[in-house]
Amino acid sequence: MSATLEIKNLNVSIGDKQIIKDLNLTVPKGEVHAIMGPNGTGKSTLAKALAGHPDYQITSGDALMDGESLLDLEVDERSRAGLFLAFQYPMEIPGVSIANFIRAAKKARLPKGEDLNAPAFYKELYAMMDMLKIDRKFTARSINDGFSGGEKKRCEILQLAMLNPKYAILDETDSGLDIDALKVVSEGVNTLRGDHMGALIITHYQRLLDYIIPDAVHVMYDGRIVKSGDKDLALELEAKGYDWVKELASDAA
Amino acid sequence: MEAKQGANESIRFEFQNHIDQLNTAPEWWQTFKSQSFESYSNAPLPGRSDENWRFANRKGLSLDTFDFGPKNLPATTDSLVEQSDLTSAQSGRLVFADNQTLAYNQASQELQDKGVIWSSLQDALVHHSDLLKDYFMKQDIDLGSEKFAHLHSAFVANGALLYIPKGVEIEAPFCCYNWVDAQDGAIFPHMLVIAEEFSKVSIAEAHLSAGNEPALSCGVTHLFAGVGAKIDYTLIQNFNEQTLGFQINSNIAGKDSEVKMNSVNIGCHHYRSETHGQIKGSGAHVDMRSLALVDADQEIDQRTLQTHSAPHTTSNLLFKNALMQNAKTIFSGLIKVDECAQLTDAYQTNRNLLLSNTAEANSLPGLEIEANDVKCSHGATTSEIQDEEIFYMLARGIPKEAAQELIVYGFFEEILDCIKDGKLAETARIIIREKFKA
Repeated sequence: MSATLEIKNLNVSIGDKQIIKDLNLTVPKGEVHAIMGPNGTGKSTLAKALAGHPDYQITSGDALMDGESLLDLEVDERSRAGLFLAFQYPMEIPGVSIANFIRAAKKARLPKGEDLNAPAFYKELYAMMDMLKIDRKFTARSINDGFSGGEKKRCEILQLAMLNPKYAILDETDSGLDIDALKVVSEGVNTLRGDHMGALIITHYQRLLDYIIPDAVHVMYDGRIVKSGDKDLALELEAKGYDWVKELASDAA
Repeated sequence: MEAKQGANESIRFEFQNHIDQLNTAPEWWQTFKSQSFESYSNAPLPGRSDENWRFANRKGLSLDTFDFGPKNLPATTDSLVEQSDLTSAQSGRLVFADNQTLAYNQASQELQDKGVIWSSLQDALVHHSDLLKDYFMKQDIDLGSEKFAHLHSAFVANGALLYIPKGVEIEAPFCCYNWVDAQDGAIFPHMLVIAEEFSKVSIAEAHLSAGNEPALSCGVTHLFAGVGAKIDYTLIQNFNEQTLGFQINSNIAGKDSEVKMNSVNIGCHHYRSETHGQIKGSGAHVDMRSLALVDADQEIDQRTLQTHSAPHTTSNLLFKNALMQNAKTIFSGLIKVDECAQLTDAYQTNRNLLLSNTAEANSLPGLEIEANDVKCSHGATTSEIQDEEIFYMLARGIPKEAAQELIVYGFFEEILDCIKDGKLAETARIIIREKFKA
């Protein structure tokens, strides 16, 4: 069994429109990979399709987590199997507190009928909140309800920390963050990265990668990976701009 | 005329028995009851063209099957008293079953010395007859259930009287539990609260079934808030789903007073609730909040009125209903601002969450404004759980059913948050969860 998140010849459509085209990508466990690319190129589509969003149809190809296909699993099963998606636009759910939300997610991972150890849960929750510089008072607040952009993204990373996935996809986690929030979120991700987890960071801008140094960078354009390299590729891309990506794409085609 | 005139003979017979037993009661009480019975008999049942009964299923309103006669004490008295323990603290308690007093916890000697009266209606008729004469059923019934209010007055045999003298402030709630036990039995819960100038009091009331037998409950709550008084009232209705319920709530808010009324409605086959906030003194504020969780073929019919008849007054109404299966709700609310009630702020919101495509939520919000310098708004929304909300929760590994449950609990938190007593709010949460699981 290979410890990787492996995407093989993946094709994804929304309605009649094909967005992801024969995409191949492998993220070994323990590594952080970044996907960069211009807007509208299919980055978020890839993230949502992997999570199992019903609007995104996988028409062919496969996505394997440690050798097991994700495609046969329901959305909640994928999550419990160890896949995590940090949302670009997390939903606001009035009246459901952060603590109860994460608790329900943790409880769903226990054998049926078993309940969480509440003191241990809160101990872990508070430790993670402290790490992410989230005020402990937030535990009682409704999830994302009235949160600033930075608060929402920190709350996503808090959930990532609490659910301890095998692979995490971070969809534009840097969007809407000021520099201080960006640093906090990055520190959080850096603390959580390690041999136990693979991460795929989707971003439009290079600046996030100043704080989270990736093991590999992939450039995406028009539903495909057009170039892969090490962290320096992000800097090259920043210097040359996305027009360069279009040239790469036409070269590849 | 479609409506049936006159009470049927068995109700009249039972009323005669009822009044015969009251020969030692004050004469005004006997007269009041006899007149009420005649008014009940003469009033028509709600008709098809009656705006106050629009959308309501009037077929379910027949009282013929109920037994209005006196009942023996339930066999499970001890257990009912023991279960009548839904608050973290209490300043006094009354427990009734089938209109009889099962338990009475007095107010403390200190409060009694200050002049606080916490009494069953039966005792109050002996010791506080004059007070009752001035206040009993003295608020207008104007939302359609006049006939049932008269029925209540005719048969009411017990209830709670709470009188808080000027300046007395009490934190822990006075608690009143009304159980119905007898098969086809009828109970008439009554709560009368008189809060004098600058007093402060809270009340928790629960309406419950001892078993699964069909029954009738026809209750009235009247709150009187004097100048600067603060009243916080919560009613939890969790009858079994065989019960027909009427609940007529009304309050009169005096100058600078603050009245909060919360309702949690879970039970009954058919439940009609009427709530009237009469904002009569300048500077007064009234909150009216309600939640209902309904399933099967339950019908909850809610009629509200916010009447502003003094300037600088505010009111805020929020009714939230979640509907499963074939359940039906009706919310009909009116904000009425009299010409003199300038600088009024009045809000009315009804939110319905449909959890099944065969459930039916009706909403009839309304405004009637005669003053020209006011801020009023009303809004009603009926929606389903958003797919994106569910997707977000699924993406965290929470199974679909648990996700829906969480969203519904969250939907109600806005109301539950306003129930001050922690244990009472938690009890409401437990009842909601149990119903969801059933």
